[in-house]
Amino acid sequence: MIELINLHKSFGKKKVLDGASLTINKGETLTIIGRSGVGKSVMLKHIIRLLEPDSGDVLIDGQNVLAFSRKELMAFRRRFGMLFQGAALFDSMTVDENVGLSLREHTEIPEPEIREIVSKKLRSVGLKDVEHLKPAELSGGMKKRVGLARAIAMNPEYILYDEPTTGLDPIMADAINELIIRMREELNVTSICVTHDMVSAYKISDRIAMIYEGKIIFTGSPDEVKSTDNPIVQQFIQGKAEGPIKAV
Amino acid sequence: MDTTDLNKPIEKFLSLFGQKILRFFKGTGSLALLCKSIILSIPMAVKRRHLVVEQMVFMGVNSLPLVIFTSVFTGAVSAVQAAYQFQGYVPLRYLGTAVGKAVVIELGPVLTALVVAGRVGAAVAAELGTMKVTEQIDALETMALDPVEFLVMPRYLAGLVMLPILTIFSDFVAILGGLAVSVWFVNITSYTFLNGLKAFFELQDLFAGLLKACIFGSIIAIIGCYQGFITEGGAEGVGSSTTKAVVLSSVLILVSDYMIAHLLFG
Repeated sequence: MIELINLHKSFGKKKVLDGASLTINKGETLTIIGRSGVGKSVMLKHIIRLLEPDSGDVLIDGQNVLAFSRKELMAFRRRFGMLFQGAALFDSMTVDENVGLSLREHTEIPEPEIREIVSKKLRSVGLKDVEHLKPAELSGGMKKRVGLARAIAMNPEYILYDEPTTGLDPIMADAINELIIRMREELNVTSICVTHDMVSAYKISDRIAMIYEGKIIFTGSPDEVKSTDNPIVQQFIQGKAEGPIKAV
Repeated sequence: MDTTDLNKPIEKFLSLFGQKILRFFKGTGSLALLCKSIILSIPMAVKRRHLVVEQMVFMGVNSLPLVIFTSVFTGAVSAVQAAYQFQGYVPLRYLGTAVGKAVVIELGPVLTALVVAGRVGAAVAAELGTMKVTEQIDALETMALDPVEFLVMPRYLAGLVMLPILTIFSDFVAILGGLAVSVWFVNITSYTFLNGLKAFFELQDLFAGLLKACIFGSIIAIIGCYQGFITEGGAEGVGSSTTKAVVLSSVLILVSDYMIAHLLFG
């Protein structure tokens, strides 16, 4: 279980998180929704300590992530996979090197076996015969798929998705949604997804949490989100410019 | 009279001044922490030897044509200038001495470092800056890989080792350039030039030049990596980091050059 407790985070004078708290249960897929720039990705990065809060705590299975030494943190991070918004593939490496990097660095698995695992992970995200390509030779959708293959290469307990469908056409976005659902079913992972794509949020989530003005203002199932009378949530999910959330 | 109006410009000035001071100390502290991380990651150089060799090729081998081109003219101009200044005061048989001393102690290491800072420092800052803004450095962290060990340490070792090697090439080529100009345009024989060079050649001059090169190589790599790591804000941020890396490296090369000269020869 992941617990984010009363997180505060500012960048210069801009307060991004202002007492945000959230609990993610084992095995569930939770999606954090909210407008661009409200701190969704910031919250996600706190889970894996890519960012540290000004105050507040991050607990994973009861352990305080902020108290970890550098060595403990590195060991802890191996339990996670993360799909970045722009996939964040290493430009200088091939697809095979990108996906197999963690395996080559952290395990003693022989090279032929690593190549087999890489091919298997790529096939599981619907790609084949792309091992030799560089990221610059891939389309946006393929990059996301390779990013996902890299995230699941070490069979993580937790997968973090940062805007997995942003910038993709609706068909490719749905293919990514299907992959996220399959990852949960096949690998039984706990998934935390950040998005403002409501089609994706409804499809993949067990629960949805909305962040607004640095706080989590609503948490519920997709059906509860649709039926809530919270005017802020309703304005966001219906995509209206008029309402309590100011468009500009 | 409203005193707050009078105070406003002063308050604004003090606030800006304070921010600059804080930013300076924050930057210096971050740089010191980066240096510490680099030193701690050096034992991993054997495991990462392929990355170290890759950077050595990029920083050293690929910089060689530019360094040779610059050095030929450096030697040539130092011979012309020395011959002009010797007129009527110093016998021309000492032309080789003047060119040799100037090149080995000063011009070879400093000009090589400035050329490499422009070529390599900028490239390092741009590459790491792009990795930072496209979250590739975050991706390394997420995969439990240390970005300093993976990206900075190989570049640091490459700078530390390749700058002295480039400087040796530079010294040799610059002296050849000086010799060529002396023979063709100043009308002294190569025997006279080389005799002058040998007569006052001291090994400690060469070591002083190479010590400088080691320090300049470290500066270029560390500043390039540091500027890359603190890049923010997309393409504009990458451009800004690249410029800062070249300017700061060049300034630090010249400042440290003076300090080393003062310590060794002062």
